[in-house]
Amino acid sequence: MATLSERILGGPAGTYVDVRVDRAFAHDGTGVLTKEAFCEMHCEKIRDPQGTYIFFDHIAPANNSTTATLQAELRSFARARGLNFTDIGEGICHQLLAEGIVLPGEVVVGADSHTCTLGAFGAFATGVGATDMAAIWASGGTWFRVPETIAIRLTGSLEGAAEPKDLALAYVRELGMDGANYRALEFVGDGVAGIPMAGRLTCSNMAVEAGAKAGMFYADRETVGYLAGFGISATTQEPDDGTSARELEIDLSDLTPLIASGHRVDRVQEVRALAGTPIDQVFVGTCTNGRLADLERLARVLRGKKVKVRTIVVPASRLTLAEAGRMGIVETLLAAGCVIGIPGCGPCLGAHMGVLGEGEVCLSTANRNFTNRMGVGGEILLSSVATAGASALRGEITVPEAADVR
Amino acid sequence: MYGEGRAVCVGRDMDTDRIIAGRYLRTKDRALWAAHVFEDLDPTLANRLEGTVVIAGSNMGCGSSREQAAIALKEAGVVGVIAPTFARIFFRNAINIGLPLVECPVSCKEGAWVRFNLEEGWAEVDGERCIARPLSPKMLEILRAGGLVPYWRNRR
Repeated sequence: MATLSERILGGPAGTYVDVRVDRAFAHDGTGVLTKEAFCEMHCEKIRDPQGTYIFFDHIAPANNSTTATLQAELRSFARARGLNFTDIGEGICHQLLAEGIVLPGEVVVGADSHTCTLGAFGAFATGVGATDMAAIWASGGTWFRVPETIAIRLTGSLEGAAEPKDLALAYVRELGMDGANYRALEFVGDGVAGIPMAGRLTCSNMAVEAGAKAGMFYADRETVGYLAGFGISATTQEPDDGTSARELEIDLSDLTPLIASGHRVDRVQEVRALAGTPIDQVFVGTCTNGRLADLERLARVLRGKKVKVRTIVVPASRLTLAEAGRMGIVETLLAAGCVIGIPGCGPCLGAHMGVLGEGEVCLSTANRNFTNRMGVGGEILLSSVATAGASALRGEITVPEAADVR
Repeated sequence: MYGEGRAVCVGRDMDTDRIIAGRYLRTKDRALWAAHVFEDLDPTLANRLEGTVVIAGSNMGCGSSREQAAIALKEAGVVGVIAPTFARIFFRNAINIGLPLVECPVSCKEGAWVRFNLEEGWAEVDGERCIARPLSPKMLEILRAGGLVPYWRNRR
């Protein structure tokens, strides 16, 4: 009888364990400090170069010469040490690792808080800072306190215009921004089977917004089928009634389109409460909602219509963009007036593109709406793709219609 | 590990974007992070942090994994940070860079004299004592070494 975290980490909740890390990664944002710490540790060799990844996704391509120089140093370091290096334009670290790399049961550690995204595969995936990552590069392992678990029991199925993002916003509202601090979330129950991998990645992605260390789904037929599409054979994981510290029940059929505002991810209300609020920019993308299923949904909402505000769409990866091109989605989005960006994190962190001016409001499908994150004096509202699309068409917060998305 | 200083109070759910904004991250210049720490909260705060103990509300350091948040506080001269709870990545980052953290629910009074002792597990604000959640032996060892880099160097 054990939770998925306990099984993977090999100890009961509350104990400290030393574990081997199967996949360790950093990106252009955190990799620079990781490299510095690694060198200061006077380490020569990366213990497991094959399991170590560096992705350029945060400010990619570089926005100025300072960034470019830092990136050039990190690029040379990665190549000289034989690490798996992924350069600009390939996509977001969490998405690339979800394209046939991370497997159920693995320990995945990233120098990025949204590493929890990969818990969607039944892996124990969590974020750390740069110095922790440097020690993992050096030793191949790290320590963890095995977390207690909050079970999120899902029943029913999503209806109307509600989508997995609304489930993510709903549980963050219920738990609060620190309601799952030091703990792991496990998504269980009959409602799980109907959520495709893309939606599971969205749900796991936002676990950290409730403070959680991990957000995990047990690998099932959906997981195995998805990985088979990448030529990988995986096996399922069976839940065995491990003890959870708390259980939260959510009936998926009760969910309606939701929106987070007020610079807090847990300040969540129904979209209709803010309907009519003018917006200046719409952003669809990120490790939360930049996948093919998201772009497909957006295209369904926008097909044959024109957006009224600037609408930036950033595919989560090169593969996402290529598929979207092949399926005619790119053409639909361009015809609707969207701007399509280079696969990567895009404007999410407000560092190099799509930055907001003072007093501007952006409706975003990302995961964070902290004060000034996308630009000093700007405001970020968080929603699903359907809500973002419907709102882009009217230039104001708009409740999406079920008919637009299904 | 003992520390003391004047209290500086900040609120709850203090995210790392507010501790050090994303626009200052693309550099290795630690002094620059120290100069802009808490800028979006109070632009005058950075200059007043030398020798202080920051007392935050719950969920201190939530949000991104940027280690620059903990580094900025340390470089600005913060002696330690006290909060009822910390976001877990910030917690690990602070210990890894040698910034003492005390997890206990003290009530903050701006400018009050604050003392803490991590081995003994307590913090005091104007003489009022609060028992801290204990750090693991490994965390204490890392802090005593001055952070994970010196800890790792000593071990080799």
